[in-house]
Amino acid sequence: MNEIKNEIKADLFEYLLRLGDDRLILGHRLSEWCGHAPILEEDIALANIALDCIGQANAFLTLAAAVENNNRTEDDLAYFRDETEFKNLQLVEQPNIDFAYTITRQFFIDAFAVHLYDELSKSIVEDLSGIAAKALKEVKYHLRHSRQWVLRLGDGTEESHNKIQNAINDLWMFTGELFFENDVDKKLIQEGIIPSTKSVEQKWKEVIESALTEATLKIPDDSNTNLRSGRNGDHTEYLGHILAEMQIVARSHPGAKW
Amino acid sequence: MSDQGKLWEVFTQSKTGASHEHAGSVHAPDAETALQNARDVYTRRGEAVSLWIVPSDAIVASSPSDSGPFFEPGNDKAYRHPQFYSVPKGVRGM
Repeated sequence: MNEIKNEIKADLFEYLLRLGDDRLILGHRLSEWCGHAPILEEDIALANIALDCIGQANAFLTLAAAVENNNRTEDDLAYFRDETEFKNLQLVEQPNIDFAYTITRQFFIDAFAVHLYDELSKSIVEDLSGIAAKALKEVKYHLRHSRQWVLRLGDGTEESHNKIQNAINDLWMFTGELFFENDVDKKLIQEGIIPSTKSVEQKWKEVIESALTEATLKIPDDSNTNLRSGRNGDHTEYLGHILAEMQIVARSHPGAKW
Repeated sequence: MSDQGKLWEVFTQSKTGASHEHAGSVHAPDAETALQNARDVYTRRGEAVSLWIVPSDAIVASSPSDSGPFFEPGNDKAYRHPQFYSVPKGVRGM
Protein backbone atom coordinates (compact mmCIF):
# COMPACT_ATOMS: atom_id res chain seq x y z
CA MET A 1 0.00 0.00 0.00
CA ASN A 2 1.33 3.43 -0.77
CA GLU A 3 1.98 5.68 2.19
CA ILE A 4 -1.11 7.25 3.70
CA LYS A 5 -0.68 10.14 6.09
CA ASN A 6 -1.54 9.17 9.65
CA GLU A 7 -3.82 12.15 10.17
CA ILE A 8 -6.17 11.07 7.39
CA LYS A 9 -6.21 7.32 8.08
CA ALA A 10 -9.32 7.51 10.24
CA ASP A 11 -11.12 9.51 7.54
CA LEU A 12 -10.10 7.12 4.80
CA PHE A 13 -11.24 4.17 6.94
CA GLU A 14 -14.63 5.83 7.45
CA TYR A 15 -14.96 6.53 3.72
CA LEU A 16 -14.02 2.94 2.78
CA LEU A 17 -16.70 1.67 5.17
CA ARG A 18 -19.26 3.74 3.26
CA LEU A 19 -18.11 2.30 -0.06
CA GLY A 20 -18.06 -1.26 1.28
CA ASP A 21 -21.30 -1.08 3.26
CA ASP A 22 -23.23 0.32 0.27
CA ARG A 23 -22.23 -2.70 -1.80
CA LEU A 24 -22.68 -5.23 1.00
CA ILE A 25 -26.23 -4.18 1.88
CA LEU A 26 -27.28 -3.69 -1.74
CA GLY A 27 -25.86 -7.09 -2.64
CA HIS A 28 -27.77 -8.69 0.21
CA ARG A 29 -31.01 -7.02 -0.87
CA LEU A 30 -30.58 -8.16 -4.46
CA SER A 31 -29.80 -11.70 -3.35
CA GLU A 32 -33.30 -11.87 -1.89
CA TRP A 33 -34.58 -12.05 -5.48
CA CYS A 34 -32.76 -15.31 -6.11
CA GLY A 35 -35.41 -17.83 -7.13
CA HIS A 36 -38.19 -15.20 -7.12
CA ALA A 37 -37.56 -12.93 -10.12
CA PRO A 38 -40.28 -12.48 -12.78
CA ILE A 39 -38.47 -14.67 -15.33
CA LEU A 40 -35.53 -17.03 -15.20
CA GLU A 41 -33.24 -14.74 -17.20
CA GLU A 42 -33.88 -11.82 -14.85
CA ASP A 43 -33.35 -14.06 -11.84
CA ILE A 44 -29.87 -14.84 -13.10
CA ALA A 45 -29.20 -11.19 -13.99
CA LEU A 46 -30.09 -9.95 -10.50
CA ALA A 47 -28.07 -12.71 -8.84
CA ASN A 48 -25.09 -11.77 -11.04
CA ILE A 49 -25.36 -8.15 -9.97
CA ALA A 50 -25.69 -9.21 -6.33
CA LEU A 51 -22.49 -11.25 -6.64
CA ASP A 52 -20.67 -8.30 -8.21
CA CYS A 53 -21.78 -6.14 -5.27
CA ILE A 54 -20.58 -8.66 -2.68
CA GLY A 55 -17.23 -8.92 -4.47
CA GLN A 56 -16.86 -5.14 -4.43
CA ALA A 57 -17.83 -5.04 -0.74
CA ASN A 58 -15.16 -7.62 -0.04
CA ALA A 59 -12.51 -5.52 -1.80
CA PHE A 60 -13.49 -2.22 -0.14
CA LEU A 61 -13.77 -3.74 3.35
CA THR A 62 -10.46 -5.60 2.99
CA LEU A 63 -8.79 -2.30 2.19
CA ALA A 64 -10.67 -0.64 5.07
CA ALA A 65 -9.35 -3.29 7.47
CA ALA A 66 -5.81 -2.74 6.18
CA VAL A 67 -6.09 1.03 6.61
CA GLU A 68 -7.52 0.64 10.10
CA ASN A 69 -4.71 -1.77 11.00
CA ASN A 70 -6.45 -2.88 14.19
CA ASN A 71 -6.52 -6.66 13.92
CA ARG A 72 -9.91 -6.70 12.23
CA THR A 73 -10.58 -8.51 8.96
CA GLU A 74 -13.14 -7.71 6.26
CA ASP A 75 -15.35 -10.44 7.77
CA ASP A 76 -15.17 -8.81 11.21
CA LEU A 77 -16.28 -5.56 9.62
CA ALA A 78 -19.15 -7.22 7.77
CA TYR A 79 -20.42 -9.51 10.50
CA PHE A 80 -19.46 -8.01 13.85
CA ARG A 81 -20.47 -4.39 13.58
CA ASP A 82 -23.87 -3.20 14.79
CA GLU A 83 -26.48 -1.16 12.98
CA THR A 84 -25.26 2.31 13.99
CA GLU A 85 -21.72 1.41 12.88
CA PHE A 86 -22.88 0.73 9.33
CA LYS A 87 -22.31 3.70 7.01
CA ASN A 88 -24.34 2.64 3.98
CA LEU A 89 -26.91 4.84 2.28
CA GLN A 90 -30.48 4.42 3.43
CA LEU A 91 -31.37 3.94 -0.24
CA VAL A 92 -29.64 0.56 -0.48
CA GLU A 93 -31.41 -0.88 2.56
CA GLN A 94 -34.91 -0.10 1.23
CA PRO A 95 -36.94 -3.27 0.62
CA ASN A 96 -37.37 -4.84 -2.81
CA ILE A 97 -41.19 -4.49 -2.67
CA ASP A 98 -41.62 -5.30 -6.38
CA PHE A 99 -39.57 -5.38 -9.56
CA ALA A 100 -40.17 -1.68 -10.29
CA TYR A 101 -38.89 -0.65 -6.83
CA THR A 102 -35.87 -2.88 -7.16
CA ILE A 103 -35.01 -1.48 -10.59
CA THR A 104 -35.54 2.12 -9.47
CA ARG A 105 -33.31 1.68 -6.41
CA GLN A 106 -30.72 0.00 -8.60
CA PHE A 107 -30.86 2.68 -11.29
CA PHE A 108 -30.38 5.49 -8.76
CA ILE A 109 -27.40 3.75 -7.18
CA ASP A 110 -25.86 2.55 -10.49
CA ALA A 111 -25.88 6.04 -11.99
CA PHE A 112 -24.12 7.22 -8.82
CA ALA A 113 -21.61 4.35 -8.68
CA VAL A 114 -20.54 4.68 -12.32
CA HIS A 115 -19.52 8.32 -11.91
CA LEU A 116 -18.11 7.90 -8.42
CA TYR A 117 -15.93 4.90 -9.36
CA ASP A 118 -14.86 6.60 -12.58
CA GLU A 119 -13.47 9.44 -10.47
CA LEU A 120 -12.12 7.15 -7.74
CA SER A 121 -10.19 5.19 -10.36
CA LYS A 122 -7.99 8.32 -10.60
CA SER A 123 -7.41 8.48 -6.82
CA ILE A 124 -3.83 8.95 -5.63
CA VAL A 125 -4.35 6.01 -3.24
CA GLU A 126 -3.42 3.19 -5.61
CA ASP A 127 -5.23 0.42 -3.76
CA LEU A 128 -8.43 2.42 -3.94
CA SER A 129 -8.01 3.41 -7.59
CA GLY A 130 -7.37 -0.24 -8.49
CA ILE A 131 -10.54 -1.49 -6.81
CA ALA A 132 -12.56 1.35 -8.33
CA ALA A 133 -11.27 0.65 -11.85
CA LYS A 134 -12.23 -3.01 -11.58
CA ALA A 135 -15.63 -2.22 -10.06
CA LEU A 136 -16.29 0.41 -12.74
CA LYS A 137 -16.49 -2.26 -15.45
CA GLU A 138 -19.10 -4.11 -13.41
CA VAL A 139 -21.26 -1.11 -12.52
CA LYS A 140 -21.27 0.09 -16.13
CA TYR A 141 -23.06 -3.13 -16.97
CA HIS A 142 -25.37 -2.74 -13.97
CA LEU A 143 -26.35 0.72 -15.20
CA ARG A 144 -26.99 -0.56 -18.69
CA HIS A 145 -29.25 -3.24 -17.21
CA SER A 146 -31.20 -0.99 -14.81
CA ARG A 147 -31.51 1.92 -17.29
CA GLN A 148 -32.87 -0.41 -19.94
CA TRP A 149 -35.55 -1.62 -17.54
CA VAL A 150 -36.46 1.94 -16.52
CA LEU A 151 -37.09 2.74 -20.19
CA ARG A 152 -39.13 -0.39 -20.78
CA LEU A 153 -41.24 -0.14 -17.63
CA GLY A 154 -41.75 3.63 -17.99
CA ASP A 155 -42.62 3.50 -21.67
CA GLY A 156 -44.34 0.10 -21.43
CA THR A 157 -47.91 -0.57 -20.35
CA GLU A 158 -50.04 1.72 -18.19
CA GLU A 159 -49.53 -0.66 -15.27
CA SER A 160 -45.74 -0.83 -15.60
CA HIS A 161 -45.57 2.95 -16.01
CA ASN A 162 -47.60 3.54 -12.84
CA LYS A 163 -45.59 1.03 -10.85
CA ILE A 164 -42.24 2.52 -11.67
CA GLN A 165 -43.50 6.11 -11.28
CA ASN A 166 -44.69 5.19 -7.78
CA ALA A 167 -41.32 3.65 -6.98
CA ILE A 168 -39.52 6.78 -8.22
CA ASN A 169 -41.79 9.04 -6.16
CA ASP A 170 -41.29 6.94 -3.02
CA LEU A 171 -37.53 6.46 -3.32
CA TRP A 172 -36.69 9.99 -4.44
CA MET A 173 -36.41 11.21 -0.83
CA PHE A 174 -33.35 8.97 -0.40
CA THR A 175 -31.43 10.38 -3.36
CA GLY A 176 -30.25 13.57 -1.67
CA GLU A 177 -28.18 11.38 0.60
CA LEU A 178 -26.07 10.19 -2.35
CA PHE A 179 -24.31 13.54 -2.18
CA PHE A 180 -23.84 13.67 1.56
CA GLU A 181 -20.71 15.53 2.55
CA ASN A 182 -19.09 16.09 5.93
CA ASP A 183 -15.56 16.75 7.25
CA VAL A 184 -14.43 13.28 6.19
CA ASP A 185 -15.21 14.09 2.56
CA LYS A 186 -13.78 17.59 2.74
CA LYS A 187 -10.42 16.35 4.01
CA LEU A 188 -10.20 13.52 1.48
CA ILE A 189 -11.23 15.81 -1.38
CA GLN A 190 -8.52 18.23 -0.37
CA GLU A 191 -5.94 15.43 -0.39
CA GLY A 192 -7.00 14.38 -3.90
CA ILE A 193 -8.12 10.97 -2.69
CA ILE A 194 -11.79 11.30 -3.60
CA PRO A 195 -13.64 13.46 -6.17
CA SER A 196 -15.71 16.48 -5.31
CA THR A 197 -19.27 15.55 -4.42
CA LYS A 198 -20.65 18.25 -6.73
CA SER A 199 -19.05 16.83 -9.87
CA VAL A 200 -20.58 13.40 -9.24
CA GLU A 201 -23.95 14.99 -8.42
CA GLN A 202 -24.03 16.91 -11.69
CA LYS A 203 -23.33 13.79 -13.76
CA TRP A 204 -25.83 11.71 -11.77
CA LYS A 205 -28.58 14.24 -12.45
CA GLU A 206 -27.85 14.17 -16.18
CA VAL A 207 -28.14 10.36 -16.33
CA ILE A 208 -31.35 10.33 -14.30
CA GLU A 209 -33.00 13.17 -16.21
CA SER A 210 -32.20 11.78 -19.64
CA ALA A 211 -33.49 8.29 -18.78
CA LEU A 212 -36.67 9.42 -17.01
CA THR A 213 -37.50 11.85 -19.81
CA GLU A 214 -36.97 9.17 -22.45
CA ALA A 215 -39.08 6.77 -20.38
CA THR A 216 -41.94 9.35 -20.21
CA LEU A 217 -41.58 9.46 -16.41
CA LYS A 218 -41.83 12.49 -14.14
CA ILE A 219 -38.90 13.66 -12.03
CA PRO A 220 -40.15 14.40 -8.49
CA ASP A 221 -39.24 17.68 -6.84
CA ASP A 222 -36.63 17.78 -4.10
CA SER A 223 -38.83 19.21 -1.35
CA ASN A 224 -39.20 15.89 0.44
CA THR A 225 -35.52 14.99 0.72
CA ASN A 226 -34.57 13.04 3.83
CA LEU A 227 -32.26 14.90 6.21
CA ARG A 228 -31.03 11.91 8.22
CA SER A 229 -28.23 9.94 6.65
CA GLY A 230 -26.92 6.43 6.88
CA ARG A 231 -23.48 8.01 6.52
CA ASN A 232 -23.90 9.10 10.16
CA GLY A 233 -25.12 5.67 11.23
CA ASP A 234 -28.80 6.74 11.08
CA HIS A 235 -30.78 4.03 9.38
CA THR A 236 -34.34 3.15 8.50
CA GLU A 237 -36.12 0.29 10.25
CA TYR A 238 -34.99 -2.14 7.56
CA LEU A 239 -31.25 -2.32 8.21
CA GLY A 240 -31.60 -4.10 11.55
CA HIS A 241 -33.57 -6.90 9.93
CA ILE A 242 -31.04 -7.26 7.12
CA LEU A 243 -28.16 -7.45 9.59
CA ALA A 244 -29.97 -9.98 11.77
CA GLU A 245 -30.29 -12.30 8.79
CA MET A 246 -26.86 -11.56 7.35
CA GLN A 247 -24.91 -11.83 10.59
CA ILE A 248 -26.66 -14.65 12.46
CA VAL A 249 -24.48 -17.49 11.19
CA ALA A 250 -21.18 -15.69 11.72
CA ARG A 251 -22.21 -14.61 15.20
CA SER A 252 -23.59 -18.00 16.22
CA HIS A 253 -20.41 -19.78 15.14
CA PRO A 254 -17.56 -17.28 15.53
CA GLY A 255 -14.45 -18.30 13.63
CA ALA A 256 -16.27 -21.03 11.68
CA LYS A 257 -14.72 -21.90 8.32
CA TRP A 258 -16.21 -23.42 5.17
CA MET B 1 -45.88 -18.52 -18.26
CA SER B 2 -46.91 -16.98 -21.55
CA ASP B 3 -45.56 -13.42 -21.25
CA GLN B 4 -41.87 -14.16 -21.00
CA GLY B 5 -41.29 -12.60 -24.39
CA LYS B 6 -40.02 -14.00 -27.65
CA LEU B 7 -37.50 -16.78 -27.93
CA TRP B 8 -33.99 -15.90 -29.14
CA GLU B 9 -31.10 -18.18 -30.07
CA VAL B 10 -27.72 -17.34 -28.58
CA PHE B 11 -24.35 -17.86 -30.27
CA THR B 12 -21.14 -17.33 -28.33
CA GLN B 13 -17.61 -16.84 -29.62
CA SER B 14 -15.05 -18.24 -27.18
CA LYS B 15 -12.11 -16.27 -28.56
CA THR B 16 -11.42 -13.78 -31.32
CA GLY B 17 -11.29 -15.52 -34.69
CA ALA B 18 -13.17 -18.63 -33.56
CA SER B 19 -16.61 -19.44 -34.93
CA HIS B 20 -19.70 -18.39 -33.06
CA GLU B 21 -21.29 -21.53 -31.71
CA HIS B 22 -24.85 -22.13 -30.64
CA ALA B 23 -25.04 -21.96 -26.84
CA GLY B 24 -28.78 -22.13 -26.19
CA SER B 25 -31.74 -19.80 -26.08
CA VAL B 26 -33.23 -17.04 -23.94
CA HIS B 27 -36.57 -15.32 -23.54
CA ALA B 28 -36.73 -11.55 -23.98
CA PRO B 29 -39.21 -8.93 -25.22
CA ASP B 30 -36.71 -7.24 -27.56
CA ALA B 31 -33.23 -7.54 -29.03
CA GLU B 32 -31.35 -5.39 -26.51
CA THR B 33 -32.89 -7.26 -23.58
CA ALA B 34 -32.13 -10.55 -25.31
CA LEU B 35 -28.48 -9.55 -25.64
CA GLN B 36 -28.27 -8.70 -21.94
CA ASN B 37 -30.10 -11.86 -20.90
CA ALA B 38 -27.73 -13.92 -23.05
CA ARG B 39 -24.77 -12.18 -21.45
CA ASP B 40 -26.09 -13.05 -18.01
CA VAL B 41 -27.13 -16.61 -18.76
CA TYR B 42 -24.31 -17.80 -21.03
CA THR B 43 -21.19 -15.70 -20.39
CA ARG B 44 -21.09 -15.03 -16.69
CA ARG B 45 -18.05 -17.20 -16.10
CA GLY B 46 -16.05 -15.63 -18.91
CA GLU B 47 -17.05 -18.08 -21.64
CA ALA B 48 -17.26 -15.58 -24.48
CA VAL B 49 -15.77 -12.51 -26.14
CA SER B 50 -18.68 -11.93 -28.51
CA LEU B 51 -22.38 -12.72 -28.70
CA TRP B 52 -24.84 -13.09 -31.56
CA ILE B 53 -28.55 -13.08 -30.93
CA VAL B 54 -31.03 -14.32 -33.53
CA PRO B 55 -34.83 -14.43 -33.22
CA SER B 56 -35.66 -18.13 -33.07
CA ASP B 57 -38.43 -17.71 -35.64
CA ALA B 58 -35.89 -16.32 -38.14
CA ILE B 59 -34.13 -19.66 -38.28
CA VAL B 60 -35.19 -21.90 -41.15
CA ALA B 61 -34.59 -25.52 -40.23
CA SER B 62 -34.73 -28.76 -42.14
CA SER B 63 -37.30 -31.16 -40.82
CA PRO B 64 -36.50 -34.64 -39.46
CA SER B 65 -38.60 -36.20 -42.22
CA ASP B 66 -36.27 -34.63 -44.78
CA SER B 67 -33.21 -36.33 -43.39
CA GLY B 68 -33.33 -39.18 -45.91
CA PRO B 69 -33.44 -37.18 -49.16
CA PHE B 70 -31.35 -34.36 -47.68
CA PHE B 71 -28.41 -36.14 -46.16
CA GLU B 72 -28.15 -39.77 -47.12
CA PRO B 73 -27.02 -39.32 -50.75
CA GLY B 74 -23.80 -37.88 -49.40
CA ASN B 75 -22.89 -40.92 -47.38
CA ASP B 76 -22.28 -43.73 -49.85
CA LYS B 77 -20.22 -42.06 -52.58
CA ALA B 78 -16.60 -42.06 -51.58
CA TYR B 79 -15.70 -39.86 -54.57
CA ARG B 80 -17.66 -36.98 -53.05
CA HIS B 81 -15.21 -36.79 -50.17
CA PRO B 82 -11.89 -35.00 -50.52
CA GLN B 83 -10.00 -37.82 -48.84
CA PHE B 84 -7.54 -38.89 -51.55
CA TYR B 85 -4.76 -36.53 -50.59
CA SER B 86 -2.96 -36.04 -47.32
CA VAL B 87 -3.52 -32.92 -45.28
CA PRO B 88 -0.31 -30.90 -44.88
CA LYS B 89 1.20 -30.80 -41.43
CA GLY B 90 0.15 -27.83 -39.41
CA VAL B 91 -3.36 -27.63 -40.82
CA ARG B 92 -5.80 -27.83 -37.99
CA GLY B 93 -9.50 -27.86 -37.55
CA MET B 94 -10.37 -30.04 -40.55
